[in-house]
Amino acid sequence: MPVTAYPALAAAGFRRYSAYRAATAAGALANTVFGAVKAAVLTGTVVAAGGSVAGYGVAQAATFAWLSQALLAPVSVFADDRLARRVRTGDVAVDLARPVDPQLAAWADDLGRAAFQLLPRGLPPLLVGALTTGLVLPPEPAGYLLGCASLVLGVSVSFALRWAVNLTAFWLIDVRGVLLLYTVCATVLTGLAVPVAWFPPWLAALAAATPFPSVLQAPADVFTGVVTGAAALRVVAVQTAWLVVVLAAGRLLLAAGSRRLVVQGG
Amino acid sequence: MAERRADLAAYRAVLASRARAQLTYRTSFAADVLANVGVGISELATVYVVFWRVDTLGGLDVWSACLVFALANLAFALADLLVGHVDELPRHVREGTLDAFLLRPLPLLGQLATSEVSLRRLGRAGVALAVLVVALPRAGVEPSAATLALLGGSVLGGTAVFCALFVAAGALQFWLLEGREAANSFTYGGANAAQHPASLYPGPLRWVFTYVVPASFVAYLPVLALTGRTGPAGLPSWLGWCTPLAAVPVWAAALLLWRAGVRRYTGAGS
Repeated sequence: MPVTAYPALAAAGFRRYSAYRAATAAGALANTVFGAVKAAVLTGTVVAAGGSVAGYGVAQAATFAWLSQALLAPVSVFADDRLARRVRTGDVAVDLARPVDPQLAAWADDLGRAAFQLLPRGLPPLLVGALTTGLVLPPEPAGYLLGCASLVLGVSVSFALRWAVNLTAFWLIDVRGVLLLYTVCATVLTGLAVPVAWFPPWLAALAAATPFPSVLQAPADVFTGVVTGAAALRVVAVQTAWLVVVLAAGRLLLAAGSRRLVVQGG
Repeated sequence: MAERRADLAAYRAVLASRARAQLTYRTSFAADVLANVGVGISELATVYVVFWRVDTLGGLDVWSACLVFALANLAFALADLLVGHVDELPRHVREGTLDAFLLRPLPLLGQLATSEVSLRRLGRAGVALAVLVVALPRAGVEPSAATLALLGGSVLGGTAVFCALFVAAGALQFWLLEGREAANSFTYGGANAAQHPASLYPGPLRWVFTYVVPASFVAYLPVLALTGRTGPAGLPSWLGWCTPLAAVPVWAAALLLWRAGVRRYTGAGS
């Protein structure tokens, strides 16, 4: 099988999501409304704390609020149940029979989805943020480059996590509870609600022991310049390590799950 | 009159069957309720982390902020339990099942609202209620007839406000169809705005969340009245008594929107 299948799958993922224009516009509106509320709450906290919380000034807090809402859809913090549905209906057998690696194929598709969502879901909140509170962005191109690398890693870690969690459908009849539990953990531990650096020590330690901060907090920190230089490189290295671990865990789950899979007919 | 009673009996029978259906799969139901408790706790995490960093936010101490959180989440969870499933409308339209609803001699909205009762939302309501009970005495709220009236009015009024937002968002689906997320900016966005002190919001945003989507009326304004605080300019605390009134125009707008949506709908002739 030629490796050119994967870019084609990524392009297909891009095109599939570009079909839902009204939903994309509506999603961008929701991101912007949430961003406005979050910017008010986070900057209000920084002002109440005397101008700085854990390295975040007013400008950084506002930028974090808008940027995290802009990246929410591309990195897909919330779980979807696409693969779980395919496991339940048995369609996953078709995925396993294809001459491409199921995990790499789904990863390529998800990168295509993220690439489409980046501009239409990301620009509106950032634009409103730039016009209302102002944004702080990296002063030099190196910051943007590292930010983009960190963003691709964030999307990938998120994909690997969602893919692995969906595979629990091999063992569970109803995965809705598991997926909601995942979304609950992700909402807090990715830093979507409040930046991870603001957490009390016990919660910060809990977050650091999970791959969740690598999904959203890491790219946001690199883009806002809360971490720079060697510290930023370290953040990207941690993301890479988590990506390897979670991808491997997903492959183990798939291997164990497909041994249980029995498909009728032909 | 007898007809009206027969209508109610029909709604009651459907609701009872929906409730029984959910309680049949006990493990699944318990997992759903537990996950909704998790949703409530994850919402509380913001309040917890922020007040770990500061003592007051937007003029409120931690316990008053907990009251705002509790009232907003209680009202939203109850509204979600009662009519949240109205956002299933696009599925009914796509699958042609809406036509079956339209053929029955009961109003469409009444049927859709009673077609399901999402008991799992009790999980989030439970978290909100627990926070309310713990925070009330600590925020210095004295138990009295006035306090009870204010609490009752804001929970009922707040639930009515969110129910109306769900209906309005549902009505928009007649036009958007793939717009479940458009509903989010109304309903979940309103709930998110309601659970923080409105004094934090810059002028235009505060105005929108008071007079267009009356999120401030659900929790922040009643808490000002409960704790005897004066609000920021433009938000006097006596407005906290007006939550049920705030629900009236939202309901009127939601019902008009719903009627226009139903009139616009044409079945696929399945």
